[in-house]
Amino acid sequence: MARDDHSGGSWWSRFRALPNDDPIKTMAMTVAVAFVGSVLVASSAILLKPLQIANKEAERRKHFDEIIRQLPGADDVLIADRIQVEARVVDLESGEYAVSIDPTRYDQRRAAKDPARSVKIPEKHDIAGLRNRERFAIVYLIRQAEQLRLMILPVRGRGFGSMLHGYLGLAGDGNTVVGLSFYEHGETPGLGSLIDAPGWKMQWRGKKVWDAGVLKLGVGSGRIEPGSEEARYQVDGLTGATWTGRGVTNLLHYWLGEHGFAPYLRKLRRQGG
Amino acid sequence: MNDNGMTKALITPLVGANPITVQILGICSALAITKTLATALIMSAAVIAVLTLSNSFISAIRHHMPRNVRLIIQITIICSLVIVVDQVLQAFAYGLAKQLSVFVGLIVTNCIILARAESFAMNNPVHLSTMDGLGNGLGYSWVLIVVGSIRELLGTGKLLGLVVLPTASQQGWFEPLAILLLPPSAFFIIGFLIWAIRSWHPAQVETSEFQTRPELEAGE
Repeated sequence: MARDDHSGGSWWSRFRALPNDDPIKTMAMTVAVAFVGSVLVASSAILLKPLQIANKEAERRKHFDEIIRQLPGADDVLIADRIQVEARVVDLESGEYAVSIDPTRYDQRRAAKDPARSVKIPEKHDIAGLRNRERFAIVYLIRQAEQLRLMILPVRGRGFGSMLHGYLGLAGDGNTVVGLSFYEHGETPGLGSLIDAPGWKMQWRGKKVWDAGVLKLGVGSGRIEPGSEEARYQVDGLTGATWTGRGVTNLLHYWLGEHGFAPYLRKLRRQGG
Repeated sequence: MNDNGMTKALITPLVGANPITVQILGICSALAITKTLATALIMSAAVIAVLTLSNSFISAIRHHMPRNVRLIIQITIICSLVIVVDQVLQAFAYGLAKQLSVFVGLIVTNCIILARAESFAMNNPVHLSTMDGLGNGLGYSWVLIVVGSIRELLGTGKLLGLVVLPTASQQGWFEPLAILLLPPSAFFIIGFLIWAIRSWHPAQVETSEFQTRPELEAGE
């Protein structure tokens, strides 16, 4: 082992002259490497954060616009005209609009983590694995000629080992799916990540949510025969990603259920949009 | 050391001691991220960066590396570099980073990187280790790029997303080979590549570990 041998001299040269297996040198080297490594990691994370946040925001927008584009009859002219998207804050418990909250300033994901602005979900209702749910949610409404055409609801829930964040688009009747798109998830590449596959996503279009008051929307198991009874409510299961599919079904059932948007959707239907 | 040593450290891993085709290392990522050329290119750049830097850092402190915790220290350095690369990709190539997903983080476990640290950087000066890291990175990359090009071109008729061979479904003539989009196809391509290289460099052919018993051969 090559070693500089400056006998005497400063502590630095004495330190350098220590044998490599000396406990003090071992500790010092480990700490030094860990320190340099953590400085590198921390500074890159902090310096690049603004860019990463902008990327995530762009991704979220992309998935949001994708649902609008799937609206039947939504041609390019309509998109180009930038149909008015109306953001409203909903009190999930009562289903009423919360006019006191400005939707442009409201950070729903942060609110979900804030004990003061969220509620604990009772375990037996927590099918989406969320633990806490924010009191207020933003819904996005698109009207055309005074008629409600599309509402986009933020949904999230646990898939297989990661949180899925997405948007569910429902047509004005509140019972027909326009699109479902997840803008953030960490599912297994090639298996669960196929929730991003365009072919699978397109299957959601036109699915019905309720059958005489029973929530039936979800991911089926295996291939769903087109034209069958299930095909009205279910999309194909994802091969090798049973848990991801189950997670998607569960989060839809949670957010469309009594703990989620059901009170709001009922109210909306009663008012006829 | 002279330029000769540096050139040799750079050139040898390209074909003569290629990490994928000769050492058969890093196969996992070569299968997973070569579905398209774009992901193969980004993965290549990431591995070249990590491998070159980890080799030079580890070589720089090799005289003071505590023997008993050296693997931990090497992995700490490699991990830090991989996280930095991951952060950079998420900031500047978000879409591709999303496609690569866990495979960027898994560069840590890519055998090539630790193998070069242990076998080369620990015993050689910084400039040679840097060249060795770069050379191995390039050796890994060209295989990835070849596999990625073949898979994307014959699997979809496109290269980097641009139509090269118009497919039948778009009024062209080319019928895409769907099997090339599945991971096993990368195995076949790498296998053929190894075959081709070993026909060209017969010295790389390993002696077989077992001899077939003559009576069995006769019985056939």
